[in-house]
Amino acid sequence: MSAQLNKAQRDGWSPYLAGALVGLLAILSVYLTTTLMGKSNYLGASTTFVRAAGLVFQNLDAAHVAQNAYYAKEKVKIDWQFLMVIGIFFGALLSSVTDKSFKLEGVPPVWQQRFGPSVIKRAIFAFLGGIVAMIGARLADGCPSGHGLSGMMQLSVSSFVAMAMFFGFGALVAHFMYTRGA
Amino acid sequence: MSIEQILGLCTGLAFGFLLQKGRVLRYDKQVNAMLFKDMTIFKFMLSAIIVGMFGILALNDLKLIQLSHKAMNMGGILVGGALFGAGWAVMGFCPGTSVGAVGEGRWHALFGVVGMVVGAGIYAELYPTFKTTVLSWGDFGKIGLPGALGINHWIVALIFTAITLLLFRWFEKKGL
Repeated sequence: MSAQLNKAQRDGWSPYLAGALVGLLAILSVYLTTTLMGKSNYLGASTTFVRAAGLVFQNLDAAHVAQNAYYAKEKVKIDWQFLMVIGIFFGALLSSVTDKSFKLEGVPPVWQQRFGPSVIKRAIFAFLGGIVAMIGARLADGCPSGHGLSGMMQLSVSSFVAMAMFFGFGALVAHFMYTRGA
Repeated sequence: MSIEQILGLCTGLAFGFLLQKGRVLRYDKQVNAMLFKDMTIFKFMLSAIIVGMFGILALNDLKLIQLSHKAMNMGGILVGGALFGAGWAVMGFCPGTSVGAVGEGRWHALFGVVGMVVGAGIYAELYPTFKTTVLSWGDFGKIGLPGALGINHWIVALIFTAITLLLFRWFEKKGL
């Protein structure tokens, strides 16, 4: 019994089931935003990082942010998607604390095996990777949520191509990082 | 809080909960998918897409929602997609999962989150340059696959579902 419980804690739910439920959530969410807000909103995350950047950099130079064409286009505001991204944090916290899979981790196991236990090394690469990824996501106008989930659900041409590029280049770089000289 | 913000927060809570339950917030799951060792994130994403697709196409047919395609901008999608993929592999998280990963205690994802905020700031500064270069290479507009192929959307959906189910069977056979 306790061994079964441990397995459930370790493995969570079937990814097919959890994914299918996200599909239902996406349908409900599009319907509710259309009904209650008058505009169909789809799951997505990367635009929120533009708004967060606007909010942060406003403190350094408010006039500069106000004049920037991109912040003007995306609008620096705490909107539906911004709260959704905050919600992801709390939803994951709630789920992991209640099934005891919450774990403080400074270096992921796969990374540690290949690149060692240095938190600073991992932090620098995560930071630089984050910069490159976000510039890419803004150029492509979406991430694996906005393109991968929401765009593909709508059968958008751009999203099928974007997701293929995301994963294709991800696989290329991951193989370079993890299999070179191994 | 406005109704819009409450709705966003509730949607995010459910989304984060399900992402965590599917165990797709882990660096190891994302990188192992790119290394073709563990297809958990694909099982999760494709299941969500298939279910969501039928609901969204039906609601759109009933005129209860509007579709919102993103533009097929060649430079943006190809160059941006490549950059995103490279950064994704190094960071080990995508924008949505990074925040959820911090929520389940994987605090190293926070460096990725900070990097992405900085990256968004850099993009905003470079936006005028991108607009006259990469983003001006050709735009096919906001197009859907059924329209582009000239095939009814339900047929495209059924073909996509069939391919996905074959892929799932292959994943399970190979133990991925």
